[in-house]
Order: sequence, then C-alpha cells, then structure tokens
Amino acid sequence: MSVRHALLALLSEGPKYGLQLREEFEARTGEVWPLNVGQVYTTLQRLERDGLVESDDAAQDGPQKRFRITAEGGRELAGWLRTPPDLSAPPRDELVIKILVAMRVPGTDVHEVIQVHRRYLVELMQQWTRVKEAEAESDLSLALVVDAELFRLDAVVRWLDAADGRLKRAAASPATGPAAAAAASPATTNKQPKQNKETGVSR
Amino acid sequence: MSVLEMRHVSRSYGQGAAEVHALIDVNLSVEAGQMVAVMGPSGSGKSTLLTIAGSLEEPTSGEVLINGIPLTEMSRNAKAQLRRRYIGYVFQDFNLLPGLTAAENVALPLELDGTSARKARLAGLKALDELGLGERAGNFPDQLSGGERQRVAIARAVVGDRRLLLADEPSGALDSTNGEAVMRLIHAACKRGVAAVVVTHDAQLASWADRVVFLRDGRVTDQTMPAPGPESLLTPGSGQ
Repeated sequence: MSVRHALLALLSEGPKYGLQLREEFEARTGEVWPLNVGQVYTTLQRLERDGLVESDDAAQDGPQKRFRITAEGGRELAGWLRTPPDLSAPPRDELVIKILVAMRVPGTDVHEVIQVHRRYLVELMQQWTRVKEAEAESDLSLALVVDAELFRLDAVVRWLDAADGRLKRAAASPATGPAAAAAASPATTNKQPKQNKETGVSR
Repeated sequence: MSVLEMRHVSRSYGQGAAEVHALIDVNLSVEAGQMVAVMGPSGSGKSTLLTIAGSLEEPTSGEVLINGIPLTEMSRNAKAQLRRRYIGYVFQDFNLLPGLTAAENVALPLELDGTSARKARLAGLKALDELGLGERAGNFPDQLSGGERQRVAIARAVVGDRRLLLADEPSGALDSTNGEAVMRLIHAACKRGVAAVVVTHDAQLASWADRVVFLRDGRVTDQTMPAPGPESLLTPGSGQ
C-alpha cells in the first residue's frame, strides 16, 4: 500500500500537520493499518524533496511544520488513482505452494491439509464479520476495509474448496490421479505461469 | 438444555450395493441464541441434516431431540404441531405462496395452527414491520424483489414463538448486500433467543455463525473454535 499517495490524498483536502496526517490516515483506513509517526515524517520529507508537497517553513522541522500539496503532487495523485495495481502475474502464494507440495509428500492427506487452512480462514472471517456487525455500520471506511478482507479470504476458501473437489475427482480417475500428475511433473512445471518475485508471498 | 440435539445420527438410502450413506454418525447441538453454520460442498449431506433436524425426515439410526424431547417419542400429530409452532424454515428459493400477500404468507403457519385469522394477521404484520417490510405487507411475492421475498420468508420463519430456525442457503440467490441483510436478520433473531442452523457452501454466509461445522461425505470432520472478539483484529500489529 502506498503511504506516499495516501498522504497526498489527505493533503489534497487542504494543508495539514504531520501528526494530523497520521491520525487521519488511521481513521480513513478503519484503523486497521497503523502508521508510526516516523514513517509519516520520512515520507513527507521525500515528497517535499520530489516537489510533490511543500511546507510553511523549510528551515523548521517537527510537529509545528504544516504541509500542502503542490500542483505536481496533484497530478501525481490523479495519475496514481487511475493506475490499476499490477495484478497481471500471480503472486507467489504460500498456500498454493503448500497444497502443491502436500500432494507429493508421502503419508500426507492433502484433504486434511486443506481443511486445516479452510478452518483457519473461516475463523478469521468470523472475526471480521464480528467487526462488521459491531462497528462497520457506523463507520463507512471500516465497512469497506472489512468487505475487502472478507472477499479476499472468501476467494481463498473457494480456491481450497475447488482444489478439494478437483483432487477428489483426480484420485478417482487413473488418468489424472496423483501418480499421473507426478509422472507429468516436469512438463507441467514448465507450463507454470511466470511467478512475480517482487510481489512475494501473499498475506 | 439444547434447543436441537442430534446424537449419532446416520441416514442412508437404498440397500446393498446401491446403498448411499448421506449422513454418518453426526453429533450436533445448538443452544438457544446460538447460530451454527454447517458448511460443505454439494452432496455432503447438508440438506439431509436439515430435513432430519426439522423432523421432516427420520434418521436410519441415532436420535434427534428438540428441547430435550426425543422425536421418536412424539406422535405424528405432535411432530406436525412442533413443525408449525416451534420450527421455522428458510429456503434458498423463498418458498412463498404466489397467490397470498406478504402478510398472508407470514400469517399462514399461525392460521394452520389454529390461531384466529385476525390474530394471525396482526402477528404477521408485526413480524413484517420488525424486518422493515411493513409497507409491503399487501404486496404479492411477484411484486417484491428477491431480497424482500427472503425477508418475508424470514418473517414467516420467526413469526409467533418459533425457537428453532433452519435455513438452507438462505442468501444463495441474492447479491452480497441483500445476502448480508438476510444474515443480519437471522443473527438478530438469534440475539432474541432463537437457535439457528444455517447450511451453506458459502464461507461469507457461514462467518456470521457462532460456530461453523464442516461436513464432508456425510461426516462432521471439523469445526471452528469460538472466535475472539473484534479487538484482536483491530489491535495494531495483529491480524495483518
């Protein structure tokens, strides 16, 4: 997530102090992304260096310094809002890798491995739903964040359900069963989509 | 005492080589005020579990108790009365009668149970009002949106003094906003003391429950642990 652009967005409403920016950032993100004050000032310094924000008094530092967005900063923000994040390459997903590995580890029941993760994810979703139930009604930002989390976790559960079903069908069919998959391993490995190493392991 | 208790319930269909085991040794108990979700893929036995819990079908072996009373000890009439008075059903396709208005649909189970038409109608209007549908009481099902129809079905399921709500994919045909509204209503009914069992394949729907039970090939294979409160996710540095 870009703290840099989030700060530009907050400054687009009018000049603000560093501490104020931190408080508003946390409030706008439903307080699920804590930000330390050092991070705020470092980012502001860089934004100032790049000419995207300017301060009242360049010589003064610390909490009494007020920042405002420049015209260049406004253009940068508008461009960022309209640039889709890079989702073209699949992230190197730790869970996907675990299931792929579990298929090949002797004595491992892949369905049991799937269920361990499914339960954990549903428990997390139960917690998020409690947040939604308790607070999200009155807090629009939090409701949006909770929805995003629930849809993201739901997608992972759906993938596990699909994997569970696919593995069950494959086990019942000798042509595509685990033995056949193992035999075809080198070929299928080459066909894997390119991994996006920069994205790293998904959360 | 549990509102619903299933003890070692099994259900099979057919015989010999054609025998299919829909449920195998299922134990499940639901307290008043509790929502339990039963999650599993198609064919895992979810709907069979629900029809047995609702006394619409009998188990091949095992026992079902409603409020501590075994269903096997009840006469056919007593079971029918239990279904009318005590148990409410919500289905994915709403199951409203098209020739009756929303209010008449909600009042119907009470009337069938011998409540006077006037009293039943008043109770129906009250139930609709509580779900924000008071102004739609005179509308027929085909004049209502999918979300409104399901709210009418929930009103019908909780009207009177129903203590056990059984729902089969209650938000399956709805978009996420209406689906959430339906789950909030079921949740609110539980807060008033109703016990609910919701069967679903949908994790978002299941996540409204106090406990999620996983069903695979007719067996309960796992269940979620009681979730800690919301604060665990909102504390800086946790839940990320």
